[in-house]
Amino acid sequence: MIGVVGAGSFGTAIANIIADRNPVLLFVRDKDKAARIEQTRRNSNQAIHPNITITNNIQQVAEQCEVIFPIIPSANFRSMMVQLAPFLKPYHILIHGTKGLDLNLSPNEVIGKQNPLTRKHVKTMSEVIREESCVLRVGCLAGPNLAKEIEEHQPAATVVASHFEEVIDIGQKLLKSERFLVYGSNDLIGIELCGILKNIIAIAAGAISGMKLGENSKALLISRGLVEMIHIGKALGGNTHAFLGLAGVGDLVATCTSKLSRNYTAGFRLAQGESLEEIVNTMEEVAEGVNTVKIVNVLAESYDFRCPITETLLKIFEGKMSVKESHSFFMKFPFRTEIDFI
Amino acid sequence: MRPIVLRKRRKKTKYKPILKDTKSWPVVQMAKKRSEFVDLVFEESYENLIDSPRGKSLREELETTVYREIQRIKNNPWKIDPKDEKEYFENLQKRIADTDNLPEEEASSKLKEILKNITRRYADEIAGNFRQSRYRFSRTLITIGFARLLNAARVRGPWSLFSNQLDLDDKIHVVGENDQIRKLARIGTVVMVPTHFSNLDSPLIGWVIQYLGLPPFIYGAGLNLFNVKIFAYFMNSLGAYKVDRRKKNLIYLETLKTYSTIALREGCHSLFFPGGTRSRSGKIEKSLKLGLLGTAIEAQRQIYQNEDNLKSRKIFIVPVTTNYHFVLEAPSLINDYLKSKGQQRYYVEADEFTSSYRISKFLLKFFTRGSGVSVSIGRAIDVVGNYVDDHGNSIDKKGAHIDLRDYFRSEGEITEDSQREQEYNRILGKRIVEEFHKNNRVLSSHLLAFTAFRMIGKRFSHLDLYSLLRLPDEDLRIEYCLFREKVEFFVKEVMAIHERGEVGIGDHLKDDIDDIIKHGLRNLGMYHPEPPLGRAKNGDIVVQNMNLLYFYHNRLLGYDLEKLL
Repeated sequence: MIGVVGAGSFGTAIANIIADRNPVLLFVRDKDKAARIEQTRRNSNQAIHPNITITNNIQQVAEQCEVIFPIIPSANFRSMMVQLAPFLKPYHILIHGTKGLDLNLSPNEVIGKQNPLTRKHVKTMSEVIREESCVLRVGCLAGPNLAKEIEEHQPAATVVASHFEEVIDIGQKLLKSERFLVYGSNDLIGIELCGILKNIIAIAAGAISGMKLGENSKALLISRGLVEMIHIGKALGGNTHAFLGLAGVGDLVATCTSKLSRNYTAGFRLAQGESLEEIVNTMEEVAEGVNTVKIVNVLAESYDFRCPITETLLKIFEGKMSVKESHSFFMKFPFRTEIDFI
Repeated sequence: MRPIVLRKRRKKTKYKPILKDTKSWPVVQMAKKRSEFVDLVFEESYENLIDSPRGKSLREELETTVYREIQRIKNNPWKIDPKDEKEYFENLQKRIADTDNLPEEEASSKLKEILKNITRRYADEIAGNFRQSRYRFSRTLITIGFARLLNAARVRGPWSLFSNQLDLDDKIHVVGENDQIRKLARIGTVVMVPTHFSNLDSPLIGWVIQYLGLPPFIYGAGLNLFNVKIFAYFMNSLGAYKVDRRKKNLIYLETLKTYSTIALREGCHSLFFPGGTRSRSGKIEKSLKLGLLGTAIEAQRQIYQNEDNLKSRKIFIVPVTTNYHFVLEAPSLINDYLKSKGQQRYYVEADEFTSSYRISKFLLKFFTRGSGVSVSIGRAIDVVGNYVDDHGNSIDKKGAHIDLRDYFRSEGEITEDSQREQEYNRILGKRIVEEFHKNNRVLSSHLLAFTAFRMIGKRFSHLDLYSLLRLPDEDLRIEYCLFREKVEFFVKEVMAIHERGEVGIGDHLKDDIDDIIKHGLRNLGMYHPEPPLGRAKNGDIVVQNMNLLYFYHNRLLGYDLEKLL
C-alpha cells in the first residue's frame, strides 16, 4: 500500500496516478472533509480512484505504507512531520511534493542584524523530514504538473529527485504511465528550489497578465525570472543545472502561462486591484509563492544578493508600490549582462 | 613547581581491562588464523572484483595494474618492498600478453587466474603480523618508558627515573564518554575516528586505548612507516595492517577495503584517521576520506545479512578529538598549506619521521617540555550517524529506539545496494565532522590566537591573506586593553555556543579574563623557537609569527565566530 498525505488538488492527483496500479491510503487531516470525500468519492473537482482508501489516522499511514508521499502546504509540513515521525521507521521512503520553504525560529528568537536569517532557519521540505524523523531515504517531486490537466489524463512529465537511486526507481515505478513520464535527478536541493522559486515568478507573470501587458513583457519576465531563480538558488545551495530542466524552465513556463496556477492567479488578482489579504483569505488553496517572496527577501539581505523581481513583489504586497508603478520601476533597473551564470 | 599542582588537581581514575583473558581478543583470534583470514580476504575481494561492473574489461584492468606496478617499482622503490616484485609483475605482464591469441573462453579463465594471483598477493601483503607477546612487551615499554622519561625531565635528577611521582595520565587528560566506549567495546565493535593534527596522534591514541582498558585496535598504517625498523616493530606488535599509498589501482584498493570489512565483521576494533593525513591548516577536518569509513557500513550490513551464522554485533563509531596547545610540526604544516593554496604548486610532503633518532627526539621534546594534552572521547554513533545509548541501542533525536537493520531494508528484506551505502557513507562523514566540532575543546591558547588574528585581520581588512601574513612588525602590536575587551567578547560567545552543546571548553576558560590571557600566552605554541604571541614591556600584545598565529587561529573556524569580527 502506498501512502499519500494531504488531499489538496495536487495530492489527490498524485494519489489517483498511483492508484492506477497500486492500492493507496490517502490521509485527510480534517475529519469532516475525510468523511465527505469518503461519501462522495470526489475531491478538488477530481473523482477519487476506487483503489484509494481514505483515512484520518496518520499512524495507520506509517504502519501500512513503506512509501509515503507527503503533499501538503509548507506552513503545515513541520507539524505534520512531528505527528508522523514517532511512527516512522528507517525503512520508510518519503517523496514529498511541497513547493515551499519552512521557516523555523525558536520561541523568542528575533531576526535582525545580530542574528541574520540564514539557511539555519530556512529549510526545504526534505531537510525538514531529515530533521524531524529518522528517515534518510528522502526524495521530492517537481515539474509542470497542473493538477487539472493530470486529472484529464493529458500527457505530462515530472522529476523525482533524491540522493538515493532506489528512491528515484521507486518513484518512477509508482508514477510512470503511458501519459506520465518520470525523469530522475540526484540534485535533491536543486530540484526542490526550482519548484519553490518558480512560484515567485508565477505571481509576477499573473500580475503582468492582469495588467494586460502582452506576450513580449511576459517573455521578458519569464527569462529574467529564470536568471533570478538561478541566482537565488545558488545562494541557497543549489546549482544551475536543475533550473534548466523540466523542474526549472518546464515548471516555470507552465505556471507562468496557466490560469490553473494558484500563484499566477494571486498575481492576476493583485493587478486587478485586490489587496494581498483579500486574495489570501479567499483562495481555496495556499499560494506558496506569497510566503516564499517574504522569506527570500530577508535571505537576500543576509546573503547580500539582489533579486529585483522578488523585491518588487514584496513592495507590492506591503502596499509600498502599486502594480502599475512596479513595471516602470522594473524597466529602469540597471541590468548589465544578460546571462552570467553559465 | 607546576607538576605538583597538576597532580593535586585531579582525582585519578584507573581503568581495568575490559577483557581479562587476552586470548579472547578478536585481534589475537585473527592473528592465530592469519592464513585463513588472508584466504577469506582474497576470496571475497576476488568475488567483488569479478561481480562489480566497471568501465574497463578485466584485461584492461589487469594491464593497467601491472603496468603501473612496474612503473612504481622503477620510479619509487622502497627498502621494505619484496625482492621478487619486479620479476613477479614482469612475469604477469607476459602471461597477460600470452592470452591474446587464445580463444575467448580460455583467455577469460586465464585472466581470472591472474586476477586471483594478484589479489592473493595483495591480501597477504596487507595483513598485519600481530604478536601477543610483542604486544605486551611494547605496551609495557611505552607506558613505563614514557612515564619514567617524564619523571626524569620534570622532577629532575636521575633518581626520579625510579619514582612513581608522575604518570602519563597527569599529562594527558582523557575526557568525555570514557565509560560508554568501555561498555560498547564489550557488546560490539568499536571504530575510533580521531582528528589528525600531529604525528603524535597515533602513539597518543594508542596510549588512550590502553589507558581505557580496551583491547588493541587494528589500524591501517602507511607502509612508509614500516621502513623505519623501530616503527615496524611497534606497528606489527600493535595490530597494524599495511597501507601502501603508492598503489592506487582498483584491485589493491578493493583488497584493502575487503580486509577492513572482514576484520570489522569479525569484531576487531579498528582505528581510522578519517581526515587521511594531518590537517595542514590547523582546521578541523571538513571533508573526510570516506573509503575506509564505508567498510564499517558494509560490514554492518553483512552482519545483518548473515545473522544466522554470526553473532549480531553492532558497529559503533566513536569520534575522538585531540587538543594541543602546541603542535610541534605546526611551522612545516602551515607552510605546506600556504604553499599549496597560494601558488597551486605541487609540493612533496616533507617526512619528518624518517629515522628512529628524530622520532625519539620529537617524543623527548614533547614529554619533557610540552604542556598538557586533552583527548575528548565523543558520544558513539551508529554507522548512519544516530547516537547510541550505553546499551548499544540506536536512538533518534527524541530518544526513541531505532532498529538499525531497517536502514538496510527494502520491502522487508535486508538488501545490498552500493549506491545507498555510498550515500549513508556521505551522511556518516558529515555527522562525524559535526561531532568533531562538538567535542573539540576550546583552549585558552586557541582563543587568544583567534582573537589576535581576527583583530589584525579587521584592522587591515583590505589585504588578502597572503599580504596579511607579510605585515611588517610595527603593524603587529595590539594594545592590551583593546585585546582584553575582544577576548572577553569571544569568551562570552564561546560560552554561549558551549551552552548550546556545540563545543567543549578547557577548564581554565572559566577563570577571569586576565588569567585566561595569561594562561593562553604561556601555553600557545610555547616551545616554538618563536611563539606566535608575546607581550611587550608596556603590556601590549605582540604577534611574533603570523603564520603560526594563523595556524592556531584556524582551530576555531567552523563556529561562525569569524563572522562576529
